This record gives sequence, structure tokens and C-alpha cells, in this order.
Amino acid sequence: MTAVAATGPAGTPGSPPSDLVLEARDLMLRFGGVTSLDGVSLQQRRGEILAVIGPNGAGKTSLFNCFTGAYRPQQGSVTFWRTSRRPAEIVGRSPHAITHLGIARTFQNIRLFPALSALENVQIGTEVRQRYGPFGAILGLPGARRQERAGVSRAFELLDLVGLSHRAHDLASSLPHGEQRRLEIARALGTDPRLLLLDEPAAGTNPAEKRSLEALIRRIAGGGVSILLIEHDMRLVMSIATSVVVLNFGRVIAHGTPAEVQHDPAVVEAYLGVETGGGVEAGGPRTAHGSGVRTADGGVRSADTSGGTDREVR
Amino acid sequence: MITPARLRQLGVCLTLGVVAALVTGPSGDSAHPFRALRQSVIDPRIGVFLGLAVGLWVVLVAATELRPVLGRVTVTARARRPVRATFERRYGNVGLNVVLLAIAIVAPMLVSTAAQQSMVNDIGIYALLALGLNVVVGYAGLLDLGYIAFFAIGAYVAAYFSSSSAMPWHAPFILNPFFVLPIALVLAALAGVILGAPTLRLRGDYLAIVTLGFGEIIQLIANNSDEITNGPRGVFGVPHLSVDLPGIHYQWGIDPLPYYYLLLGIVVLVMIAFGRLERSRIGRAWAAIREDEIAAEATGVPTLRMKLLAFAIGASVSGFAGVLLATKQFFNPQSFSLQSSFLVVAVVIFGGMGSRLGAVTGAVVLQGLAFYLRDKVPPTDRYIYFGAVIIAMMIFRPQGLVPSRRRRREIELAGAGAGASDSLGAAPLGRTVT
Amino acid sequence: MGFADQFWQLTVDGLMVGSLYAVIALGYTLVYGVLQLINFAHSEVFMLGAFGGLFAARGLLPGGSTPSGMISVGLLAAGLAVGAASGAAAAFTLERVAYRPLRRRSAPRLAYLISAIGASLFAVNLAGKEFGRQNVPVPALFTNGTVFHLFGAQVSTQTVVVFGAAVVMLVLLDRLVATTRLGQGIRAVAQDADTAVLMGVNVERVIILTFVIGGLLAGAGGFLYAMTFNASYNMGFVPGVKAFTAAVLGGIGNVRGAMLGGILLGLVESYGGYVFQASYKDVIAFLVLVGILMVRPSGLLGARLGRAA
Repeated sequence: MTAVAATGPAGTPGSPPSDLVLEARDLMLRFGGVTSLDGVSLQQRRGEILAVIGPNGAGKTSLFNCFTGAYRPQQGSVTFWRTSRRPAEIVGRSPHAITHLGIARTFQNIRLFPALSALENVQIGTEVRQRYGPFGAILGLPGARRQERAGVSRAFELLDLVGLSHRAHDLASSLPHGEQRRLEIARALGTDPRLLLLDEPAAGTNPAEKRSLEALIRRIAGGGVSILLIEHDMRLVMSIATSVVVLNFGRVIAHGTPAEVQHDPAVVEAYLGVETGGGVEAGGPRTAHGSGVRTADGGVRSADTSGGTDREVR
Repeated sequence: MITPARLRQLGVCLTLGVVAALVTGPSGDSAHPFRALRQSVIDPRIGVFLGLAVGLWVVLVAATELRPVLGRVTVTARARRPVRATFERRYGNVGLNVVLLAIAIVAPMLVSTAAQQSMVNDIGIYALLALGLNVVVGYAGLLDLGYIAFFAIGAYVAAYFSSSSAMPWHAPFILNPFFVLPIALVLAALAGVILGAPTLRLRGDYLAIVTLGFGEIIQLIANNSDEITNGPRGVFGVPHLSVDLPGIHYQWGIDPLPYYYLLLGIVVLVMIAFGRLERSRIGRAWAAIREDEIAAEATGVPTLRMKLLAFAIGASVSGFAGVLLATKQFFNPQSFSLQSSFLVVAVVIFGGMGSRLGAVTGAVVLQGLAFYLRDKVPPTDRYIYFGAVIIAMMIFRPQGLVPSRRRRREIELAGAGAGASDSLGAAPLGRTVT
Repeated sequence: MGFADQFWQLTVDGLMVGSLYAVIALGYTLVYGVLQLINFAHSEVFMLGAFGGLFAARGLLPGGSTPSGMISVGLLAAGLAVGAASGAAAAFTLERVAYRPLRRRSAPRLAYLISAIGASLFAVNLAGKEFGRQNVPVPALFTNGTVFHLFGAQVSTQTVVVFGAAVVMLVLLDRLVATTRLGQGIRAVAQDADTAVLMGVNVERVIILTFVIGGLLAGAGGFLYAMTFNASYNMGFVPGVKAFTAAVLGGIGNVRGAMLGGILLGLVESYGGYVFQASYKDVIAFLVLVGILMVRPSGLLGARLGRAA
């Protein structure tokens, strides 16, 4: 790049390469009198699988919405690096522009295009970076045709990745819940993101689906896409996250590796109330559910830490 | 069995009968505003209508009694069926299309000149307008009620550029109307962008009102600017289309047939073009916006730009049609009334939103009926029927006469509680009220 | 005469027209409050109300005579009552025919707009057929002209009657929404229909009554409008759009906002019509509408029906 002086802490083109993919600084989000995010800062390194956890209403989805442009925080900034030398400010951009920068998301309550086929759903993702316009489409120009074919074949690759290629021509709304979750991930991947935001990807899926989801997330991360996920299923979080951020009442109360976070007294208190100790089942309905699953499928291959820490939470 | 529900049904049928008697009854005049009303109710003819109403009720009651015997397929079951057909059926209907085209080519030769005129002015032009509005309403899910304003812009642009005598205001040079076509196309699209850019951010129902206002303002300006547009006296004498190339000289004239074939060619080309558009990334982006705007935006679809594109494409077709109108015949601001806008909406709805063949079929059926009934129903009264058709379609067959597959699925799924199927947001009151 | 000389006269005229806009605007705002839907056919409810009132007034008035005194008041009352009843009947039918079947199917929003446009098209042109397509003369109910002067502006009996009746209706409606059980139901549905159902509110009933109330107001307003500006089959369109503008101006879904918006729009239009060319007077409302939607789509008072009143 040219010799443009760095003008801010976030840096501009020309600043030294960063190993971060996302950095949020001091985010404040209020709705009327309700403070949803109260000075949240977090950093995610490239390639990391970062999990954001916290009790219901802690501000997790609000945080996601600030990262994707759905909400605009009153204060603070969010910087995203598509490549290590290209930081970009997120706050103030529209959701589609943020997707173009390289952040894709899924929704907590699945939002597919119900009357389109699975393939078309993914195609919409793969086609957002294409450049051909109405004239190319109408005249059937060679460039447009080539891009269209490329979009279709990329969509098939992604359907294959999430294990839905046999469903390509089925209506999105006709798929079972677990497949809809995976289809949503494929659609998000279609936009060629560097950072994928997953909002409770395991909600409402059965144990078998959870296992395949876990494998899928690892595979996506292995392909060079950083992953930020909100999840209530502690077992899943502990097994796949490389680091964890805990939110409570719109503030970050802990940040570290899964093991560190699990032992953090503030976290234990936030989740379990003051009565720390054995046999607490009141850790929010989903936590309890997640733990129940662990006992149900017994010795799933998972890191030793996750097994141990899981018991800690219980 | 006579239950209260059945009695209510009878009441509805009788009301329908009275309304039908009014609609088909004598016309009033403003000096005696209530005479017609009284006459249609007193006239013995009303007995016939009430009799028909009772008959309808009997049929309905019989149908409900027999329904368990006949059985029927539930809608949701059909909606959730897999769709493996999108690709294979792309070229599947070639046979049908060839037959339809053949009919369209032969038909005008078999009818009177008056009918030929109507096939050009009423069917051809409106089919073109409906194809354009279909992009806005059917593809992008936006309601544009000022659509006819772009038609007006096209017509006045044609008068401005191609004649020095049609309007007091004219270009310093005169162009062949064929060269005006692209100019009008671009100017109408530009007008669409200028109107759309600020308004498309709004919620969809506001958009409908703002475009309605735009249509009214354009008509008002055309009517009030005597020294520019000739005002209410209208524009007369825009030259007919002509081709003047080495070796080919042809002039379209009074005879409606050449215009008909020209329009037919344009309509077919536009249908092909929009079909390609619908199946392209742009068409899919529109479908995404219609079905879930927030998800579309999150998937990277620039929703505002895509809506604007639909708006501009629709407007350009309308402007194009305006030039054809201008070169064909006399027009004045009355040609661009609000009612004409509603008529185009009616054509699109009747034919089937999002369906190209539907738009053309809608124009053929509605305008064809209007022509057929021209001696029995005064032109202004036609709109009573068009209004009734719109409501009836919305109640009984919202997907239209020739539904597009995508649209029909969306409507069925919306009924089953999934998706929004337009960019105006979720269904009012959701599914709580049943 | 300059603008300053005309100021008070324009104000009086603006207030009168504005109060009518407010009355009609309430219909838009109430329906929007409960259904989040613009009732496109409301302008036709207004028109049919005007003809209903006219029917009563003409029927009761012996041909050719000019009423005075108590007869005038009686005719006014009859016109208002029959007008309101016609408006209510029209609104009820509209809801049943054009909206209810779609709600049962949980049709998309676009379908309601289209169906309302169909209803509007049907009603206007049926009225055109029945009542003729020219202006229908309205018998003069009040013969004596100016009753008093206000800062040099002439205030006619007509103006007083129209403004007074409109204000009474506005106050009654405001009380209805604020204090009665029905008003409570309307506000509950406006705030959150799902919860309202759980709390035992009969949403269907609230919806139909909301349409009827809007129809009563629009019908009576139609008769008042016709007294001043004559009646015709297409009389609904322009005041309809203006009343809608008024509703948006005040904050659609907000009862007091609609009242404020109506009065303001009446005044703006009255001054604007004097300053600019009169034939473009109707454009002013559109410009106000577009301007408001651009700058502050939530309107002046913003709040929704649930929180207002």
C-alpha cells in the first residue's frame, strides 16, 4: 500500500498486519431506558472459534446485531479485518455492506427463504459477489452465464459440505429443522465470509445432529473462516470453542479459554446464582438440557477439559 | 338444516343479489342523485336477482353438505411437496408457447377492425404495461400505484422529440419515433429512480400512497401546463412509427394490424427478457427480498438497490409503452388517470402476480371482456367490475389466473405460517386471529 | 390584499377544513393502530357517508324550500346521523368483504392493500353510476351568512357548525379510546395483539368495532364536508389522501396525533394555497406527506395508539 499514515488505533491500510479478525471496543446499546450492551469490548483472533455465552437477556444477540449492522450502537466501534492488512469499521454500515466485507450470519430462529429450493437459497448467497447486471442477464452475455454457472456449482459444493446435496431441489421450508439449520449455514458460507456468526446453531437439534454440527463447524474453521458463536449448549461450546466470552447484563464478565472461564467465580455466580456447589440444576433451561445430553450420549469424543469442566458447571 | 350460520350465509347471498341488481341497474344522473338507486330496488327485475341469490345459497349449502363425501387435498400438503421441477421445466412449455403464439398471430385476422383496434390499444398496450408492473409488484413485491405516470412521461417525451406541432413545447430537432423509444426508456427509468430513491426506504404501504400522489401530480401538471403540453386539449399529430433504412421503407399507419404485430413482437421479447431476468441472480434476489427482507439483507442482497432496479425496469417499460401510444393515436391527460393505474394493477392481479403469461392473459381476458361488453356496459362502469374482480381474486384466488410457481408456493406457505411473501412485512396480526 | 390582510380569514378556513381532515384521519389511525394496515378504502367510506347524509337531508327537506331555525338544526342532526350510520355500514361491509377473508388466510400485507384498492375502485364507480358523475348539489341548510368577525375574518354559520361538530366528535372519540372498555381493548390490541388475545380480548370484535367507529366518524365528516364543498362520486379521494397525510403527520396510530395533524395540515394548506397557485393546492398535502416520511416517518407525536391517549 502507499505511505498513508495510520490515523487511528484501529489502523488504516498501511498499518502493520493484525492477527485479529474482529475487535469491538466499548459498545453501548440502549433501547429507550433499557441498556442492552454496557461497554462491551472483545477481540477475536483470526482462525479462532470464539463462543459468546451468558444467561438469557445478557445481550448476546444484541451484540450479534451490532456486528451485522442490524442495530447501531450509540457508542463504540467494531473493526473487522477481511485480510490482516485491511481493517474496516463496521458500525454505521448497512447489513448487506457488512456481508460484502466478509461477515455472514445465521439467525436464532431460522430465517430461510421458505418458498425457494435449498439450492436457490444457497445461490442467493453465492451470487451476492457477482457483478453482472440486468443487461447481462437479459441478453445472456457469456460473462453472465459463466458467473451463473459458477454460482450454481459453488452452491452445490456448499450443499455437499453441509450434507444436503440430495436435498438441492427441495423447498427450504420442507426440510426438517436440523437440515434447515445446516442450510442456513451453507447460505451464509455462500457469501464467502472470513467471519461466520452463528446464533445458537444447536438450538432444537437432536444429539446426532449436534455431533454432525460440531464436525461441520470444525471443518468450516479448518477452511480458514473464523467463527463467532452464541450457544447455550455448554458441552458443544466447551468442546469446539478456542476461547469464550461471557456476557451478563450487557457486560463482559469473563474472557479466556473454556477451561479458564469455567473456573471463573463470576461466571459460576452468573450462571448458577450464589449457591455454588454440587447438584445445581438451575443453570437456565438450555444449560440443563445440554448437560442432560452429555449423560445421554456418554463417551462422545471430546477433549478432557470439556468433560471435566462440564462436571464443574453441573 | 337451518343453522344461524346458514342464515347469515343467506343474508350475504341476498346482499350480493341487491348489489348485483344495483351494479347492473339503471344509471343515475347528478341532478336526481337517488333516482337510480330507488329504481333499481323497486324494479321487478330485483326479484330475479334475489331468486338467483337464494339459488346460490342453496347450492352453497348443498356443497357444504356434500363436502365430506367428496373429500379434498389440504393446501399445506401441496405446499410442502418438494419442487424438483425448476430446472427441467425451464424449456418444458415450448409446445404450449408455440400454440399460444400461433393463436396470437392468427386471431386478429379473424375479427373486425374495431376489435383489431381494441387488440392494439386495450390489450397490447396494457399487456406491455402489465408486464412492466409485474416486475415491481410480482417480482419485487412493491405496490406502485403511480405506474401510469411513467406511461405519461413516455408519451409526452415522444411528442416532445418527434413532432414540432403536437405540443407547444418541442425539441429543437425532430427524431424518428424509433429513436425516441430508447430516450423515453431511459428518461422513464430515471424518473423511476428519482421517485424511488427517497421513497423505497419507506414501509411498503407508504410507498403505495406516495406513488399514488406522484401519479396524480404528473396528471395535474400535464393538465395545468397549457403552454407546454396543450393541457386538457391533448396531443395530436405525433408521427406514426416508420422505418427508413436503405432498402427498407415502412410506415405504420391508420391500419391497426401492423401495430398489432409490432406490439406482439415487443411483448414476446419483453416476456423472454423478463423470464431471463427472473431466473438470474437478480430475480432470485427479488424473491429473497419478497420472502424475508431481513434475511436477504443479511445474506448480502442490497435490498434498496434491488428494489430501485425493479422500480426503474418497471418504469422504463411503462415509458416505452407511452411512446407507442403517442405514435399510434391522440392522447390527453385523461389517458393517464388514476383509474388506468388501477386497471394495470387489476390486470396483474387477475393474471397472477409474478407470472409473465399471467400479465398477458390478464390483459387479454379483462380487456377482451370489456370490449365484448362495450355496448352493454359504459366504459366508466367497467371499473366497477374491475374492482370486484380484484377483491374476488384476493379472496378466492390470490395467486391469479395463471399463477407463477414461485408466487403460488409463497402464498400457500404464508397461509401455513411461513414467510411474508412481499416486502411489506409480516401479515397483519400474524396467525393469532383465526 | 396581502397575505397579512388575509391571514385570519385563511386561518379560519384552514381550521374548518383541518378539523374535517382530523375526523377522517382518525379512521386511518385507528385501523392502523389495531391492524398496522393502511385502509385504502377509507376515503370511500367517507364518500358513502356523505351521500347517506345527503339522502336524509334531501328526503326530509320539502323540495325547493330553504330551511331555517330549528328545521336547519334538525336537518343537520338527521344528516349527521344518517351519514354516520351509512359510513359505519360501509366500513363494516368493507371489513367483512375485503379484509376479513384475507385475515383468516393470514395473507401477506400486499394482499390487503390490493383488496382495499379493489374495494375502493368498486365503491367509487358504483357511486358514479348511481349518483351520476357530476357534482351533486347539496341543499343549503343555513341561510344566514356571517355570524361574527374574528380579527376581521368572516366566520359563517356553516363554519361554526362544521368546526363545532368536528370538535365534538374528536373529543368524544378521545374519551372513548381513553376511558371505555372498548377503548381499552383497542389499545390492548394496538400494543400487542398476541397478548391481548391471551388476556381475553376478543380481537375480532375489537377490529370490527374499530372499523365501525372509523366509519361513523368518516360518514358524519363526509356529510359536513359535502355541506361546504358539494358531493360527488369521487369526492373521497382528495380529502382521503389529505387525511392520511394528517394521520402520518401526527404519527400514524396516534389518536391525538391525527387530530393535531389534521388541524396543522388544514392551516398549512390554507396558507399555502394563497401563497402558491390555487390549482396546485392539492399538491401541498403530498409534498407534506413525502417530506414527513423522509424526515420523521414516525410523525410529530410519534407514539403508537397503545401508548397514546
